[in-house]
Amino acid sequence: MKYLDEFGDPDLAKALLDRIHAVTTRPWALMEVCGGQTHSIIRHGIDQLLPDGIEMIHGPGCPVCVTPLETIDRALAIARRPDVVFCSFGDMLRVPGSHDDLFTVKSQGGDVRVVYSPLDALTIAQENPDKQVVFFGIGFETTAPANAMTVHQARRLGIPNFSLLVSHVLVPPAIAAIMESPTCRVQGFLAAGHVCSVMGTREYPPLAERYGVPIVVTGFEPLDILEGIRRTVVQLEEGRHEVENAYPRAVPAEGNPAAVAMLRDVFEVTDRAWRGIGMIPGSGWRLSDRYAEFDAELRFDVTGIRTDESPLCRSGEVLQGLIKPHECSAFGTDCTPRNPLGATMVSSEGACAAYYAYRRLDLVEVS
Amino acid sequence: MTEPLDFEGWTCPLPLRGTPTVVMGHGGGGAMSAELVESLFIPAYGGAADAELGDAAVLPPVAGRLAFSTDSYVVKPMFFPGGSIGDLAVNGTVNDLAMVGARPLYLSTAFVVAEGTPMEDLGRVAVAVGKAAERAGVRLVTGDTKVVDHGSGDGVYVNTAGIGVVPDGVDIGPRRARPGDVVLVSGDVGVHGVAVMSCREGLEFGTTVESDSAALHGLVADLVGAGVDLHALRDPTRGGVAATLGEIASTARVGIEVVERDIPVPPEVRDACGLLGLDPLQVANEGKLVAFVGPADADRALEVMRSHPLGSRACRIGTVVEAHPGVVVTRTALGATRVLDLPIGEQLPRIC
Amino acid sequence: MCLAVPGRVVSINEESGTTMAQVDFGGVQKKVCLAYLPETEVGEYVIVHVGFAIQRLDEEAARETLATFERLGILEEEFGDGVEIAAREKGLSP
Repeated sequence: MKYLDEFGDPDLAKALLDRIHAVTTRPWALMEVCGGQTHSIIRHGIDQLLPDGIEMIHGPGCPVCVTPLETIDRALAIARRPDVVFCSFGDMLRVPGSHDDLFTVKSQGGDVRVVYSPLDALTIAQENPDKQVVFFGIGFETTAPANAMTVHQARRLGIPNFSLLVSHVLVPPAIAAIMESPTCRVQGFLAAGHVCSVMGTREYPPLAERYGVPIVVTGFEPLDILEGIRRTVVQLEEGRHEVENAYPRAVPAEGNPAAVAMLRDVFEVTDRAWRGIGMIPGSGWRLSDRYAEFDAELRFDVTGIRTDESPLCRSGEVLQGLIKPHECSAFGTDCTPRNPLGATMVSSEGACAAYYAYRRLDLVEVS
Repeated sequence: MTEPLDFEGWTCPLPLRGTPTVVMGHGGGGAMSAELVESLFIPAYGGAADAELGDAAVLPPVAGRLAFSTDSYVVKPMFFPGGSIGDLAVNGTVNDLAMVGARPLYLSTAFVVAEGTPMEDLGRVAVAVGKAAERAGVRLVTGDTKVVDHGSGDGVYVNTAGIGVVPDGVDIGPRRARPGDVVLVSGDVGVHGVAVMSCREGLEFGTTVESDSAALHGLVADLVGAGVDLHALRDPTRGGVAATLGEIASTARVGIEVVERDIPVPPEVRDACGLLGLDPLQVANEGKLVAFVGPADADRALEVMRSHPLGSRACRIGTVVEAHPGVVVTRTALGATRVLDLPIGEQLPRIC
Repeated sequence: MCLAVPGRVVSINEESGTTMAQVDFGGVQKKVCLAYLPETEVGEYVIVHVGFAIQRLDEEAARETLATFERLGILEEEFGDGVEIAAREKGLSP
C-alpha cells in the first residue's frame, strides 16, 4: 500500500534505532497511548531493539479494553433480545462481560453481526425494517466521527429502527489522569496519531506544560513509532517538554474541522468509568439530547445489571502501566486469550494479549 | 471457477415438478428425492459419477493401505471469486488424503440443504462438485440429501468423505517432523480467505483475488515419486500458515523458526489484510501445502514443486529446531523475534 | 484504536445525499464516505478508518518525512559515529 509500506523499511528502521541508541544516555519511561501503537511495537519487536534503558509503558489506549463492564453487560442484554440485530466491530466480540461475551450470545442464537463500518449497520437497518438494529459505538476520537455521521444519517433519512449504544472515550483526560496518579512513572508520551488527525493537536500543549512531559504526535508504522520515540528521547535528554508532530502527513494542527463540528452536534462530554481504572471526569462522550431518540441506552430498558469483575484480573494496573502483563499471577494460567479474565487479554492490542501472542517465548525461556 | 448453469447438457432438470426452490420433500427419501438425484445430481456430476448413485457403493479391493478422511463444508457465502462450496468440498477432502501421501480414489457427498434454497444454486454447487471431482480424478460413488427448515442453515452445507490408497513405503505425518527439517510452502498464502471475505456481508471490498482452491495430490505424488525425504505435509486451511505450523510444532514437540519476509504474501492479500486489520499468516488457504523435508533434499523438493503448476511459487520459509518445542517463532522484518501463535477462533476485522 | 490506512480516491459520487467515494488501497477497492473531506478530488490520497475518510494524506509531508529518514541513514553510513551524529541531529530535528 502506497504511503504505508515505505514506512516499514527495515534499513531506515535500523538507522532510526541507531540514532535512538546514540542519543540515549539515561533511562527513560515512555508511554504510547494508543493500543494500535502497542500492537505495532510488539508485533515488529521494536521494544526488543530499543536501548535497555528505554521502557515503553503500554497505555490505556485500547477502547475495547476500557469499555466499562456495565456497558458490555448492557450490550449483551440488548443483543440477546429476539427482535434485535446487534452490530459491532470485530474487536468487541470476545471481550468478556460479567458472565458472557457477544460470541456466546451469538452461539446461543442472538443475531450478532460483525461489520467493518457503522454505515453497514445502517444498511442492515434499512434492509430489515421489522428488526431493531443496534450498533455498538465504541472507540476513541478517531472512530467517533463515523458513529456521529451514521446517527446523523439515520435521523436525516428517517430510519427509526436504528439506534447506537455509545461508549466513547477521550485521550487528553486519560493522559491527565495517568499523570495525576501518585504511582505514575511516565516521563514522555507518544500521542495517538489518528486521534489527532480528527481533533488536531491543540489539546496537548496545556498537558505538556502542566505535567512537564514531552508529547510527540506519532503514527503507527515502524518508522513512525521509532521517530516518535527518538524525538521524545531527544527532548528528555535536553530537558524540554514540548508538543511535536512526528506524523505531519496525517495530522494537520487543526485536525478535521468538519468532523469536529459534527462531533459537537452529536455528542456531549460525560464522565466515564474506564474498566480497570475507574471514573475519569469528562473523559467520555455520550449522545446529545438532540439525538436521544437514537440512544440505545434509552430505547432498551435493560435494568438490573449487576456487574461482576473477576477478582483475579489486574487489567487496570496493566492499563495504567503499573505492572507488565506477565507480572500478573493469572497471566497465561487462569487468564489466556481463550479464557480471558479481562479485556486486555482479548483485544488485539490489549497489552496482555500482545504479550501472550508475541512475547511468550522470552517469558518461557526466562521461567 | 463456478460456471453458470448450462441446462442444455442436462436431461431436463427443471421438471422437478416445477419447483424452483428446494422443499422438505426433496429430503424425504421418496419420489421427490429420487427425482433430485436423477435430474440434478447425476447430470451435474457428469463423468465423475456412475449413472446410479446407490445408498452404498461396493468397491474393488485396493493394493495398499487405505486412507480415509471426512470433512464438512459450511463456507458463507457459497459462491465467491474463483470458486464455490462445491470446489472446496471435493478439493478439501482430496487434500486431506494427499497430506498423508494417499492417492485419492472415491468420495461420498452428503448435502444438507435449507428449505427455500433456489434449485439453481444447488445445481451450481453440484456442477462444481462434478467438475472438481473430474479434475481430481476421483469417482463420486455414493451420497445423501437432507432438507432442513428454512433458517436452520443458509443454503447448502456439504460433507464429503474420501477413500485413498497409500503406496508402500510412504510414511508422511506430523510426528515425523524433526529438528533440522526444512519448511517449504508451495506458493502464495492468504489468497482463499481474502477472496471469501471480499464478498461477505458487512465487509465487501473490490479485489482481483480469487480463491486458490485446488487438488494437491498430483504435486504430492511428484514429490513422493522423486524420492524426496518427505516427513510431514499439511494444507494450511482455517487458521492459515500460523495454525498449521503451530499444530505440527505441538504434535511433533519441535520448535519451528520462520523468517517473515520469506513467506510469500501477494500484494493484494497484504493490502486487504491491512485494510481489515488481519494477519495474512492466519488467513485460510485452499490450494497450498506446507512441507517438512530432510535438509539434504530441500533444494530438490523445491525444484520438483516448481515444475508443477500448483507449486510454481514454492519457496523455503523456515527450519525445525530443538529449541522451544511446541512454539513457532518468526523473525520480523526489523530483525526482532516474536512468537507466531495459533489464532483463536474466527479471524475478525478490527478497528484498533 | 486507530487502524486507518491511506488510499487513493478513484471516483466520487452521491448516495442518499452523502458524498461517497471508491478508494483504492493498492488493488483492494472499498466504498468510503467522503463527507468529512468535501473538497477531495479524484487522484488524491485520504486516510480511511471504518469506512470514513478522516483526513487527507499530505503527500508532500510524506515525502519529506521519508527524506529525513533517508538523510539519517546516509549520515550513519558516512560517519558511523553515534555521538557526532547525535550532535548533528539536534540541528536536524525540527
